[in-house]
Amino acid sequence: MKINLKHSCILTIAFSLSLLTACSKNQEIQFKSEGLVYCSEGSPTSFNPQLDTSGTTVDATSHQLYDRLLEFDPEDSQIIPGIAESWRVSGNGLIYTFQLRKRVSFHQTPYFQPSRYLNADDVIFSINRWRLESHPFHDIDVSDYPYFVSLGLDKLIKDVRRINGYRIEIELNKPDSSFLANLATDFAIILSKEYAEQLLTTNQPQLLDEQPIGSGPFKFVSYRKDRFIRYAKHQEYWKHDQTIEQLIYDITPSSSLRLAKLMTGECDVMSLPAHSELDIIRDRDNLMLDEKPGLNVGFWAFNTSKPPFDNPEVRRALAMGIDKSSILEAVYFDSAIKANGLIPPSSWAYQADLRDNSYNPVLARDLLRENGIEPGFTMNIWAMPIERAYNPNAIMMAELIQGYLEQLDINVEIISFEWSLFRRRLDSGAHDSVLIGWSADNGDPDNFYRPVLSCAAIDSGTNRAKWCNKTFDEIIDDALTYSDPQTRAALYQTANAIIADQIPLVPIAHAYRFQAYRKNVHNLVINPFGGIRFGDVVIAQ
Amino acid sequence: MSLYLFRRLNLLVFTLFMLAMASFGLAWLFPGDYLTNLTGVHFDTPEQRELFAALYKENEGVFWQFMAYLEMLWQGQWGQSFSSGQPLFQEILTTLPASIELSAYALFISLAVGIPLGFISGLKHNKLTDYSILSFSLVGYSIPVFWLALLLILVLSLQLGWFPISGRISLLYDIPPQTGFILIDILSSDLPYKWDAFTDALEHLVLPTLSISIVTSTIILRITRRSVIEVMSSEYIKAATAKGLNRTQVILRHGIRNTIIPIMPQLALQFTTLLTNAMIVESIFSWPGIGNWLLQAIYQGDYPAIRAGMLAVSSLVVIFTVFIDIIHKIIDPRRLYRQRVKI
Repeated sequence: MKINLKHSCILTIAFSLSLLTACSKNQEIQFKSEGLVYCSEGSPTSFNPQLDTSGTTVDATSHQLYDRLLEFDPEDSQIIPGIAESWRVSGNGLIYTFQLRKRVSFHQTPYFQPSRYLNADDVIFSINRWRLESHPFHDIDVSDYPYFVSLGLDKLIKDVRRINGYRIEIELNKPDSSFLANLATDFAIILSKEYAEQLLTTNQPQLLDEQPIGSGPFKFVSYRKDRFIRYAKHQEYWKHDQTIEQLIYDITPSSSLRLAKLMTGECDVMSLPAHSELDIIRDRDNLMLDEKPGLNVGFWAFNTSKPPFDNPEVRRALAMGIDKSSILEAVYFDSAIKANGLIPPSSWAYQADLRDNSYNPVLARDLLRENGIEPGFTMNIWAMPIERAYNPNAIMMAELIQGYLEQLDINVEIISFEWSLFRRRLDSGAHDSVLIGWSADNGDPDNFYRPVLSCAAIDSGTNRAKWCNKTFDEIIDDALTYSDPQTRAALYQTANAIIADQIPLVPIAHAYRFQAYRKNVHNLVINPFGGIRFGDVVIAQ
Repeated sequence: MSLYLFRRLNLLVFTLFMLAMASFGLAWLFPGDYLTNLTGVHFDTPEQRELFAALYKENEGVFWQFMAYLEMLWQGQWGQSFSSGQPLFQEILTTLPASIELSAYALFISLAVGIPLGFISGLKHNKLTDYSILSFSLVGYSIPVFWLALLLILVLSLQLGWFPISGRISLLYDIPPQTGFILIDILSSDLPYKWDAFTDALEHLVLPTLSISIVTSTIILRITRRSVIEVMSSEYIKAATAKGLNRTQVILRHGIRNTIIPIMPQLALQFTTLLTNAMIVESIFSWPGIGNWLLQAIYQGDYPAIRAGMLAVSSLVVIFTVFIDIIHKIIDPRRLYRQRVKI
C-alpha cells in the first residue's frame, strides 16, 4: 500500500511534467550512481589546508585530497608512517631524515596529467612554500600560513635537503619535542611540484589552491560555494583500492536540516550534530552515534588591543559577570566539561587546581565602575555563524552572555556574518570580543598555548584576543626544549597562572566530539586531532 | 492593437525604470557606505574608492549617478555579493531558473487540478459534489504554505521516508547545467544514469510542488467555479438550450471557451502569488532558487545582493504580468474596445 501510493504520486506528477517538457522516450541503461554524501556545516575557505586553520577547511580537504609525511593513528594517536616509510632523528635532535614511499601517484584530472610519481622534490616544494618568503608560491594567496606561523615552524626549520629522489633531510635551528607531531597534522600536506610548474607556465599560480592536486584517496571534480563539493575516487591511490567511487560534501549550515537529511537518507554522514539532537539519533535504529572526549576548548576572547579591553581588570569583571555552568547546560546540554584553562582534562598537561573566576555579578559591577565603565556602556560580541565541536551554538551563547551583561548595565550587540567573511573581518580586529575556540591538531599541549595566545599568532590570525605577553611566550618556548613531560607540565602551570591573571580570554567548555552516520557506513573513525577521513570508508549495500 | 501594444510596452519600460530607481534608492537607505552597497566592494584604499566613485559618477549629482547606475545595470554589472564575492548578475542567472521552474510546474499542476474541479463544482452548483469540493478548497485555501510544507515533510519524509526534503536532485548525480531547468537538462544529457536521475529529480520535485500547488489550485478552483456559474446562467446558454442542444453540447460548444477567457488574466495574476509562495517553500526545501538566495542575503546583511535580488524578482513579475496581458488581448481582442470605452 505504501509503495503503491508513493508510486502513483510520482507517476501522476511524472506524467504531467513529461507533457510539459516534451520528453523523448528513448530508453537508456539504468545506472545507479554510487557514493557517499557528507552533510557538512560550511564552505571551505580554500582547498589547501596550509592556508587555513578552520576545521571546516580541514574537514573538506586535508585527508581527502592530500597525504602527509607522517600520520596519526586515529585509534591510539601514535605517529605512524605516511608518505615517509621510515625516519631517523639525529642524537642532538636537530636533523630528521625521512625515507619516502615509492610509486605514490598524484591525481589525474582534466586540468593536470602527472608524468611522474611523488618524490623528494614535491616534499621540499611543499615545505618551502610556507617556509621561505622567496618561494615563487609563497605570496600567491592573500592569507599567510597561519598554522605554521603561529607555531613558529617557519623559523624553526633551518634547511630542507634532498639526499636522493626518495630521501630528504630536515635540519632544525633548535631541538623541538613537538616537531614530528606537527608534521603529522592536517596542515603539513604534500603538494605536486610538477603541477605548480605547469601553473607557472600558464601564469595561473593561484589555481594551486583552487583546483587542487594531491595524492590522497579522492580527487577534486567541482565546487559551488555554499552548495556542494564533488570528489571522485583516485584510481591509483597508493594505500588501497577500496575507496568509494564518489564523495560529495552537501553544504548544509542548519544542524536540524542536516539531521533531517540523515534521517531521510539524503546524507550518509553528518557533521557536528547539535547537542539537543543527540537523543533523536540514539533512538533511530538505522543511525549510529559515536562519541569521544574532544581535545578542544571553546572560549570568549577579548580584543586586548582595544580600550577598555586592554585593561585586565575590565576583562576580569566581564569574566565574573557570566555564569559558565548555566551556559554549559543551555548550549552544550551537559555534553561538555566546564573549562578552567585552555587545556582539556584528557591532556597530560591538564591542571585540575587552576584558579577560575566564579560568577559574582556584585563584585563584577563594582570592578567595572572602579575602572571607569559607566552604566549604558556598549560593546559587541561576535558569534560564529556555524557550529563547531567546541561551540555548537555561539549565537545562543552570545544571547545568554548578553542577558548576564545586561544585569551589569552593559549593552551588548551581537554580530555574526557568513563564516569566511566573519573570519576575514575578525583578522582585521574590528571586534570587541568574540565567541570562538580551538581544536587540537595533535596531542601536544603546545598546540593549545602557541596558536591561541602567542605573540606570533596575532599576525597569523589565530590569536583572537590579540594578546601579546613576552613572559608567556618565553615560558612556552622554554617548555618545548624539554622532552620530559613533568618539567614541561610545571612550565605550563606558570603559563596558566599568567593567563588566569591577565584573562585575555574566558575558557568556557571542553566539548565531546560526536559523529553521526547511517548504519551502512563502515570504517568511519572519529579522529581525535582534527579532520574527518573518508579514505577508508566503505558502504555496505 | 498596435497602439495598445505601444501603451503596454511604454508602461513596462516606465515601471522597470521606477524599479531601478527604487533599487538605486536602497543603496542609500542601507547602512554603511553608499558606494559599497552599490558595488559590493569593500574598499581597502582611498585610490580604489576613487576609481569606483568615478565609474558611478559620485561627484556629479544624483541624476547622473542614477544614469551611471542604469548604464551599469544594462551592461550586466550589478555589483558583487558581500558574502561570496561573485558577480550578482551571474548568481541571479543561476538561481532564477530554479524558481521559475518550480513556479511553472506548480502553476501547471494547479491548472490541471483546479480548472477541472472548478468546472465540476460549477456545473454541480448547490449539490453535494459542489459542497464537498468547496469544503476541500476552503481547507487548502486557509492553510499557510510554510505550515503545509512542514507538515508534508514531517509526514511524507520523516515519518514515511517516501520523499527527499532538500535540493533539486541528489548530489550523487552530476547534471551539467545547460538551460537551468533540471528536468530538461537531464533529458537533453547523454548520461548513462539519465532515467535514474530523472526519477530522482521528480521525487525531489514532489513535495515543493505539492506545497505550492495545493494552495494555488484551490484559488483557481474557486475562480473557475464562479465563472462557470455565471456563464451557465447567462442568456446565450439558455438560448442554446432552447434551440434543442443537450447539456453536453451546450458545455462543449459555448461553456468552456466563455468560461476560460474571462478568468485568464486572473489566473495569470496567480503567478505572482505563486512566486511568493515558491520563495517561502524554497527556503524550507533548500531549493536553490532566488527566494532561498534572497533570504540568505537578508540573513547575512548582504546589501548588494538584496538590492539586486529585489530588482530581479520585481522585474520578472512586472514583465510576466504585462506579457500575459498582451497575450490575453491577442486571444480576445474584444476587450480592447471595452477598455477604450472605459478610458
